[in-house]
Amino acid sequence: MTGRLDEFFASSKLFIVAGKGGVGKTTVAASLARLATTRGLRTLLIDVERKNGIAAAFGVPPLSYEEHILVEADPTTGSAQLLGRTVTPDDALVEWLGDHGLRRLGDRMVATGLVDIIATATPGIRDLLVLGKVKQLVIEGSYDIVVLDTPASGHAISFLRSPLGLVEAVRSGPIRRQADEVLTLLHDPKRTHVVLVTLAEETPINELVETAYQLEETVGVALGPIVVNALVDPVPVLATTTAAKLSGEELRAVEGALDFERARYLSQTTQRERLAAVLPLPQLRLAEQTGVRVDRDDIFHLAETLGAEIAAIERVL
Amino acid sequence: MARRTKTDAAAAADSADTSEIAVVRASTFVELIRQSRIVLCCGTGGVGKTTAAAAIALAAADEGRRAVVVTIDPAKRLADALGLGVLTNRPVRVELPNTTGELWALMLDTKATFDDLVRRHAASDAQADRILVNAFYKNISGALGGTQEYMATEKLYELVNEPVDATGDPLGSFDLIVIDTPPTRNALDFLSAPERLTRLLDNRVFRALMAPARSGLRVMGAASQLVLRAVGKVIGGEVLADAVAFFQAFEGMEAGFRDRAQKVLILLREPSTSWLLITTPRAEAVEEAVFFGNELRKHGLSIAGLVANRMYPEFDPLPDAGSSAAVQRARHGAELASAHQIALQPLASIVKDAPVAQVPLAPEDLHELSSLETIAAVFRAS
Repeated sequence: MTGRLDEFFASSKLFIVAGKGGVGKTTVAASLARLATTRGLRTLLIDVERKNGIAAAFGVPPLSYEEHILVEADPTTGSAQLLGRTVTPDDALVEWLGDHGLRRLGDRMVATGLVDIIATATPGIRDLLVLGKVKQLVIEGSYDIVVLDTPASGHAISFLRSPLGLVEAVRSGPIRRQADEVLTLLHDPKRTHVVLVTLAEETPINELVETAYQLEETVGVALGPIVVNALVDPVPVLATTTAAKLSGEELRAVEGALDFERARYLSQTTQRERLAAVLPLPQLRLAEQTGVRVDRDDIFHLAETLGAEIAAIERVL
Repeated sequence: MARRTKTDAAAAADSADTSEIAVVRASTFVELIRQSRIVLCCGTGGVGKTTAAAAIALAAADEGRRAVVVTIDPAKRLADALGLGVLTNRPVRVELPNTTGELWALMLDTKATFDDLVRRHAASDAQADRILVNAFYKNISGALGGTQEYMATEKLYELVNEPVDATGDPLGSFDLIVIDTPPTRNALDFLSAPERLTRLLDNRVFRALMAPARSGLRVMGAASQLVLRAVGKVIGGEVLADAVAFFQAFEGMEAGFRDRAQKVLILLREPSTSWLLITTPRAEAVEEAVFFGNELRKHGLSIAGLVANRMYPEFDPLPDAGSSAAVQRARHGAELASAHQIALQPLASIVKDAPVAQVPLAPEDLHELSSLETIAAVFRAS
């Protein structure tokens, strides 16, 4: 079982976790990163939005543009260090300009609003600079695995398409070089996979299918398994002996609750089957979380479930 | 960039501290729907803003009002339910049986709205045409962050103030306009988008850089030349040339744009404009709603109501679980229901005594207008 898991992590270095808002993308990204560390792989989890979700879940101070330790390595279990950081467009731009000897100019551009004009003249430049920094961390950083949590607004496609757009618009210069290098990484199925996250509901699945096709066809990035999140278990039948002991009111309430759960389970099953029929990718199933806030223990637990689900896949990536 | 936005926000907050403005103080959603002229639905992505906006407009129609919902990128199901098969930048009437009011829906076409705005402000058709074909303009009117927010407010302004659109077609006069805001991370983006984009269009530094080139006098300062050369190095000469051409073509239109953006902001602060927070019981969604609420308050705006979507329904009275797996499962649902109520608590101090509508979690997606009616009924009862 663990062999399959090692095979999974050996087949890619960068995992880009994408999905629309509210599907639990950040939780999945954190769980996937945690899972990698349990295989002894030093892993970096990247947040591109400076949200506090990741830090709050791990119980650490908010992440910044520098590496933070989310979970220490544990020699007794063989788990490696889990690190986290943000890569935000503004920080990436300032760093990039600095790297190209334009630091002072960069400050002036920011102060005068010229940066806005540049960003408008070359749409996607912010996303590209983020991806450029991620590329640098993947290639030069001392990480075995990098997990990227994409923007929440669900624009995974425009985010990942940014290097293509810039290759079309800009013919030469450092930005063009950056775009070419990012594309090389995105197009390499031995190094990069996108893990799409969805709920087992009609609209999120429709959007996921659309995104999957566009990512493969327009962006040319390889797709990993799909994570289907927040699934409910099959609903047990109310035994007649139990029902007989309930008052009329109680019986109505229990039946109402069970009918509701049954409807959810049926609807989710139908949607999962529909997804499997239109998108031939393995599905990794995660159960609905009861707590409203995901904490460190939840992530550790979800990582185990993800591991079991990956191990059960017939063929990885 | 972010640094300047923050400064503006702080400035706006300072100036607003002393001027809390009167707002619709409804204690129920029915009152709110009756008294408001504009309803803005704010919330993070994935909380069901569009559906809530449509259901509120529908509830208003049921109350006998002539309501229009301005949707932004609705899911196909909702678009179908509303009969919006294609992108329509002007209101389309939704057929409602047995309703005294009217429901109209519009799917915002950001680019077409921006094109109309350019035509309105251009001194001549030739000036408008020069701008509309420019590559830099296409970037602004297409994917640029903030444009969607700006155009949503622009469309709102048109719907309120202009009987006909740029092409002369009637827009209709509505009693209530419900706006589904774009999925921004920050409510401030919505308030500041017109200003931010106007400032971009009116960038003084860039105009100063362009000035010598325009007049044909090549007497650009050394520093300016250095900046332009650096910009050219970063983004390439052609891209820069498009930007220069855009600013030249835009000459003379800045004041009109600025003036219009000001009027839109005034509209957003009118007493009959109601700001609603939309959330789900997820901790991140609630945190965003708390953040939005605080930001709005800093702007002197208060929250007119809260919509909590995807709330687990309560089934009472449940017996003690005992050994029955089925009863345990029912009790598990009850735990979720109470966890969802607890999750909303951080919003209590922000919402105060404004009405709260709890829309129950549905096992399935919205399928047709009748499922929207079910949600509208929640608003009429809240």
